[in-house]
Amino acid sequence: MDNNKNWIDQRFPLTKVWNEHLAEYYTPRNFNFWYFFGSLAMLVLVMQIVTGIFLTMHFKPDELKAFASVEYIMRDVNWGWLIRYLHSTGASAFFIVIYLHMYRGLLYGSYKSPRELIWILGMVLYIALMAEAFMGYVLPWGQMSYWGAKVIISLFGSVPFIGSDLLVWILGDYAVGDPALNRFFSLHVIALPLILVILVFLHIVALHTVGSNNPDGVEIKKNKDKNGIPKDGIPFHPYYSVKDIVGVVVFLMIFSAVVFFAPAMNGYFLEHANFIEANPLKTPEHIAPLWYLTPFYSVLRAIPPMFNSQFPGVVGMFSALLILLALPWLDRSKVKSIRYRSWPYKVALGVFVVSFIMLGWLGMESVTKTNSILARVFTVTYFGFFILMPWFTSIGKTKEVPKRVTGK
Amino acid sequence: MSEQTIDLKKRRFLTNATSVVGAVGVGFVAWPFLSTWNPSARAKAAGAPVEVDISKLEEGQLVRVLWRKQPVWIFKRDKTTVSNLSTLNDILVDPNSLETSQQPEYAKNPYRSINPDIAVIIGSCTHLGCSPTYRPELGAADLGGDAWKGGFYCPCHGSKFDLAGRVYIDVPAPINLMIPPYHFVSDTLIQIGVSPEEHEVTPIFKSNKLT
Repeated sequence: MDNNKNWIDQRFPLTKVWNEHLAEYYTPRNFNFWYFFGSLAMLVLVMQIVTGIFLTMHFKPDELKAFASVEYIMRDVNWGWLIRYLHSTGASAFFIVIYLHMYRGLLYGSYKSPRELIWILGMVLYIALMAEAFMGYVLPWGQMSYWGAKVIISLFGSVPFIGSDLLVWILGDYAVGDPALNRFFSLHVIALPLILVILVFLHIVALHTVGSNNPDGVEIKKNKDKNGIPKDGIPFHPYYSVKDIVGVVVFLMIFSAVVFFAPAMNGYFLEHANFIEANPLKTPEHIAPLWYLTPFYSVLRAIPPMFNSQFPGVVGMFSALLILLALPWLDRSKVKSIRYRSWPYKVALGVFVVSFIMLGWLGMESVTKTNSILARVFTVTYFGFFILMPWFTSIGKTKEVPKRVTGK
Repeated sequence: MSEQTIDLKKRRFLTNATSVVGAVGVGFVAWPFLSTWNPSARAKAAGAPVEVDISKLEEGQLVRVLWRKQPVWIFKRDKTTVSNLSTLNDILVDPNSLETSQQPEYAKNPYRSINPDIAVIIGSCTHLGCSPTYRPELGAADLGGDAWKGGFYCPCHGSKFDLAGRVYIDVPAPINLMIPPYHFVSDTLIQIGVSPEEHEVTPIFKSNKLT
């Protein structure tokens, strides 16, 4: 055994990698509930890749065959329905897990120095994931696939000067059709998954370089024993690998319940109109993207056209997403964790969470007078969180941060 | 020879020159790949003009045809509808069709058509591309009651257009609906995708053009 290990270690740093990233990778001892979601996101990614590989074996990326091939998977392929529902539920589960993972970052200031790059890589991952999910939703070629694609792609048509050419270039045709379906399929099964996997790798490399933050926002590397091991650190393996398995089991229980009993989640995970084949001549009564994109869709709708152009709304939507990248530099507080932050930050974070959820809800509703006003109000508070952040993170009295993690 | 000094300046120049040539090469190689995304010859052929026979079109009736995979509405307006069009100026964004990108020159009139009776409009909302619903009935209660002189209502985000495809004020859509290039091949045959100038056929209804 040892001989084999030595043989490999002379040719590949197996033991070194194992120790550096698992057995001797020291993580703060005070991780709580919020620290499950990183590993769960990895689990869902693997699940999406595996189910995706098997769906690709039966799916046909052809305008005339795509819808029927999904029905074929659902009815005729052995266990096809299970694999498809695992994949479709997995998409929503991915975003639930990612949103909670990001919220954890906001709670404990995990984006703050020295973890800015982890946050940025994570944000790029999140944007790539949105593109991946959007293109995946086009593939079944139902009414929502088609009209959703049409609405989202037409956003590029509003770019001044080059808009209409850009639109034709993206679609490969004068409207959403076979070329778009085919290239989205390619991007969905090859390009974006590759990018996602590479980004996850970089995200983890960056994390393991600086080490994990924790609910107290205390740097455990500042307190080391005589062997150079952080006093508040415990090896990731076996301590957190085992803890994460508990999270995985609970997650899979909830996930399975959805897959087996409510895979469409009453229209939230699979919209009802998508069970009808795409029809370019008939717009569904109500078009909304899937729930995980609706906060940004709301921002788009909330901004009225200016200068005879829809472009300001599009700029607003993308700004809502990209402004998150600036977070590490907008936050001026010396304190990381919410536990020791001043009250203005706590209030602002609360307002932000409410705004995000309300925008998400409004994005699923149809446009009424009240809804548009609400969407505008919450768009303002959403952006307000970021624009006012340098101010509200530098006022108010923060609590004293302990020298060591508290273990609470 | 062995005592040769390193000329850093020359080395930097060569490194830069190689990088620039390399970048140009990458650009040239990228072009075919990016260009595959443009419409293929087949897609272009499928975007060819379409002909529509309107001999059986009755007043108020609307037919939808696909041109370049976009829904094109062709409908016949009766006399009341045509005269109502000029009464809506106050509630429209661009009643005089000043936005030149939205219609060919020969449709830049109060009817936004070659012939006042026959409307040809691309049925794709200028907001986000949904296809609005045809609501020709006068005074529809859900669309503003008596003020509603017939038009189109977009179910996606609530945009409203009149029966010439002109957008209402205070709706999400910023501009009027698009008028495709088209011309009359004969009294009852419309060709969509080719403008009158592009064709040698004289527009028969030119005499009806009221401006």
